[in-house]
Amino acid sequence: MRLDRVVEETAFNLVRFAVTDLPADVKEALEQAYRSEVSEIGKAQLGNIVRNFCLAGEGGVPLCQDTGLIEFYVWVGEGFGSVRGLGEAFVGAVRRATVEVPLRPNAVEPFTRVNSGDNTGRGLPRVVWEFVEGDGLEVAVVPKGGGGENVSMLGMLGPTEGVGGVKRFVVDAVIEAGARPCPPVVVGVGVGGSADQALGLAKRALLRPLDERNPDARLAGLEEELLELINATGIGPMGLGGSTTALGVRMDWAHCHTASLPVGVVFQCWAARRARARISRDGRVEYLSHRRE
Amino acid sequence: MTVTVHRYRTPISEDQARKLRVSDELYLSGMIITARDQAHMRALKWLEEGKPLPLSFEGLGLFHSGPMVERVDGEWRVVCAGPTTSARMEDLEARFLEAFKPRIIIGKGGMGSRTAEALRNFGAVYCSFTGGAGLLVADAVREVEGVEWLDLGVPEALWVLRVEGFGPLTVAMDASGGNLYAEVAKGVQENKVKIYERIGLKQKSRS
Repeated sequence: MRLDRVVEETAFNLVRFAVTDLPADVKEALEQAYRSEVSEIGKAQLGNIVRNFCLAGEGGVPLCQDTGLIEFYVWVGEGFGSVRGLGEAFVGAVRRATVEVPLRPNAVEPFTRVNSGDNTGRGLPRVVWEFVEGDGLEVAVVPKGGGGENVSMLGMLGPTEGVGGVKRFVVDAVIEAGARPCPPVVVGVGVGGSADQALGLAKRALLRPLDERNPDARLAGLEEELLELINATGIGPMGLGGSTTALGVRMDWAHCHTASLPVGVVFQCWAARRARARISRDGRVEYLSHRRE
Repeated sequence: MTVTVHRYRTPISEDQARKLRVSDELYLSGMIITARDQAHMRALKWLEEGKPLPLSFEGLGLFHSGPMVERVDGEWRVVCAGPTTSARMEDLEARFLEAFKPRIIIGKGGMGSRTAEALRNFGAVYCSFTGGAGLLVADAVREVEGVEWLDLGVPEALWVLRVEGFGPLTVAMDASGGNLYAEVAKGVQENKVKIYERIGLKQKSRS
């Protein structure tokens, strides 16, 4: 058994699960939003959304034509053993998924706009590596659509602007984004670090399920408050007005320079797709987000 | 609020387009084309160069979408085709409407003031369909009539689709200046003031 082959097969399955079947917590949040939405037009949007993800689940087909750029997060246990071939494994998984799932070919060369045809290319798929304690390897995939990505915001706030400034920046970013990221969205917020770190923290925060409270009590409170403020904007489902603009706010933080207060805000559309698995060093695979059929 | 429901079949006349009002629901049947950034640019470039389009867009639905397709036994099939963000086409749409006269734009997120003016001037409407609900669209597609400009890549190509009962589309910008997005934006600006007050008050109570 070669571990890189197991990783490739697992990564392929994760991509397929992610683009065809929303995680249970997201489905539940959308169904709850459908029940509670006050606007008639907004409710109709949520009705379409629920009907659409049900169709995707039944048919095993991608629920949105924008299957995104595929991003992987990998936590490699220090005792996992060889990492040989792992980088290539993710490229191989995306190529195969593009044909077999299928995925829409979304990767283009930025200057000529020529499509690579297989969702890979220079820097793609993006893989974020982290070394952790333990013997296993965990991998998560997030297919990230273009509409949500295009409204990402970075604020290099002044330190004196404080927590109030952070809240204001997040609310402003949501209002500026309006209908474009396909609300109801999940908003990721990264506070601190460097400029790129703040955005990276925000994005990684999206991995935490909507029904899992932030272990940091201070952030858990902020997330709840921000969600309330965002839903008070009235942007609503698809920006057509209503009481559901976000399904959740996910936050993370890092220490930052004494002169800075970076805030990264990223958006995941209502199709908040993700999947996750754990691979043991003897090659056993456990799917954490989706039950293996 | 009672919603007026319309069922239209292409080709759609200017008069028919002008009858639609903001918040109405529309079910569209007949021919639609998909066009994103690149297909808009090429159509307008060909117009400048005096080259004829592969087909007339007059009276058709113009769908901002990059469909996901598959080819089975030489036949194209739409797997999933939700709308894309229409705002990206804002620089091009007014000229497109004037030159080619599609009557029903379908997209998501709305468009800007230049498109709004062109809708009034040339008699067309902008409809919103739920972003991401691409399987509901695929369900309404009866046949892929053709594809042009495939060299632009699958999402950016011009797909010609025959649809049946595509909807419910929400009329969000009409030919009389009605604009659902502007109404929502006005409300959002009012709400923003209250939200700022809440943030401010909380800051004060903390100190």
